[in-house]
Amino acid sequence: MSAWITVFIKEVRENARDRRTLASALLYGPLVGPVLFAVMMVFIMGQQRDKAEQVIELPVVGAEQAPNLVTWLQQQGVVVQPALDDPEAAVRDQAEDVVLRIPPTYAEHWTQGHTAPLDLIYDGSRTHAATTVRRIRALLETYGRQVAALRLQLRGIAPEVIAPLAVVDRDLATAQSRTGMLMAMLPYFLILSAFVGGMYLAIDTTSGERERQSLEPLLITPVSRAQIMLGKMLATSAYAAASLMICVAAFMVSLRQIPVELTGFALALPLRTALLIVVVVLPIALLAASTQTVVAAMAKSFREAQTYLQFLVLLPAIPSLVLVVNPMKPALWMVLTPLFGQSALIGELLRGQSVSFAAILGCSLSTVLVSMLFAVLAVRLYQSERLAISG
Amino acid sequence: MIEVSHVRRAFGTLQAVDGVSFTAADGQITGLLGPNGAGKTTTLRMLYTLLRPDAGSIRVDDVDVLSDPLEARRRLGVLPDARGLYKRFTARENVEYFGRLQGLDEANLQRRVDELIRRLEMQDIEHRRADGFSQGQRVKTAIARALVHDPRNILLDEPTNGLDVMSTRSLRRYLLQLRDEGRCVVLSSHIMQEVAALCDHIVVIAHGRVVASGTAAALLEQTGASSLEDAFVEVIGSGEGLMA
Repeated sequence: MSAWITVFIKEVRENARDRRTLASALLYGPLVGPVLFAVMMVFIMGQQRDKAEQVIELPVVGAEQAPNLVTWLQQQGVVVQPALDDPEAAVRDQAEDVVLRIPPTYAEHWTQGHTAPLDLIYDGSRTHAATTVRRIRALLETYGRQVAALRLQLRGIAPEVIAPLAVVDRDLATAQSRTGMLMAMLPYFLILSAFVGGMYLAIDTTSGERERQSLEPLLITPVSRAQIMLGKMLATSAYAAASLMICVAAFMVSLRQIPVELTGFALALPLRTALLIVVVVLPIALLAASTQTVVAAMAKSFREAQTYLQFLVLLPAIPSLVLVVNPMKPALWMVLTPLFGQSALIGELLRGQSVSFAAILGCSLSTVLVSMLFAVLAVRLYQSERLAISG
Repeated sequence: MIEVSHVRRAFGTLQAVDGVSFTAADGQITGLLGPNGAGKTTTLRMLYTLLRPDAGSIRVDDVDVLSDPLEARRRLGVLPDARGLYKRFTARENVEYFGRLQGLDEANLQRRVDELIRRLEMQDIEHRRADGFSQGQRVKTAIARALVHDPRNILLDEPTNGLDVMSTRSLRRYLLQLRDEGRCVVLSSHIMQEVAALCDHIVVIAHGRVVASGTAAALLEQTGASSLEDAFVEVIGSGEGLMA
């Protein structure tokens, strides 16, 4: 049996006996994402739906100026509320999302056939009011168009004259692609779970082993440093991979918990997609383990390694955040960039797009290659005298 | 057999080992005696290939340590200064791991581990996890793992450090057994009584150099001192760091 296998088996076995490692690698690490995700989704979607379907309550100032408009609004289901003394203050204090003010000049302009002014008072920086504002504006514009059409007809002109275009919205987003948009953060949680899953082992098998004074005896055995490092790194990868697969499985369960009536379509991670995602993201286990081993081998102590690695965990957030803020079609450079490639390909899979075998292969190969470079660097660090000397 | 000749090693501006030479013969216990900071641990670390000497050569059974470190390590059993165990493994599992790293096959491994557990009287801790072992139990386990591949040459860095009287006595008995089997045993110590009681050949190291060597009797004769203690103080230049 090769020595690296002996080292690998020992590290996997020994760490499996540590409850803290197991809990962080196989429980908190992979489960935080799916749980947080489901809670966030229910919260955000629930808020949006409430706003879209809620009865609009609209305080109207100067309602007596425009009785027809107010009656029409009421017919459309708007609950018109009595006037406020200071509508600006009410919006600023967040007592009201939006207030309609009909200025005193309205009646005069209206009867003379001039454009009549209306004030819609709201705070554009408060995003949760945006849906209500949009709905009221649409109602007011509809009313305006209806009145315009009537006036033209009275003058014997066809209303089409002022409506040269008829724009019909045909949104091609499928239920699944809509899911993909919502789930743009999901790749981050998956990649994160790999980094979290391997983190403890990476520290324990290098700086931990040195701090516990067992590294020196290990390095005196007639086993090359490369084999020792390889066994340790692969054990770290195994935990990262396990964490990753648990995370994917947890997402399959947690997404199903989000009620269909909330999103309007079923959120699900079908088994086939889930398996493809595992294939795409698995090389990340190697990348996480190799980078973490390098960082842990450079650190002078357990604490120092812990501090560095907590920063390293933020690294996979970068491509995911870029893709959330600026969704783009995966270009070749992106597919071939580790972390970026996985984020982009998972995004495609979640949107129900097919992903070519070549793209998966290219992404995986480049990730494995980068991991190997880090592994070579780790071997060099293992060969330095500084690593060995504990005192 | 271990031959060290003109070995030097510096850390920055500190010349830790400054031309140490000695030969440790088979069937003898060779003691490296010197005050703390004299260069004993650095010398041993160069012997077991953890540190590279800046100059000089080291041979273990005619294997050059610098050109073939893996083969040299195969011939050495080492109890280093760092003797941490894997706390989540039992004593037996700790020793087995090192046996596998030494390349022993499974049948051979079990036979060796059984033998070491019997000879080091470790039956009570064999299946206990190393977490919470006493200092003596830790040293026994560390020695068992160092000797699991039945090495001809044995290096021990301050082996009795932190041991109580009973553990020290049983360790000394065991080292004498190893010597009588014809092995080459090298140990370092700053305790002269220990070296005097145990070693057939004494190498006194101070300030990174060998200042005297020979049997205890020869050292007495060489210095003309009336007691061993006076002899050591005489060759080292001061009594500092030699107290037990």
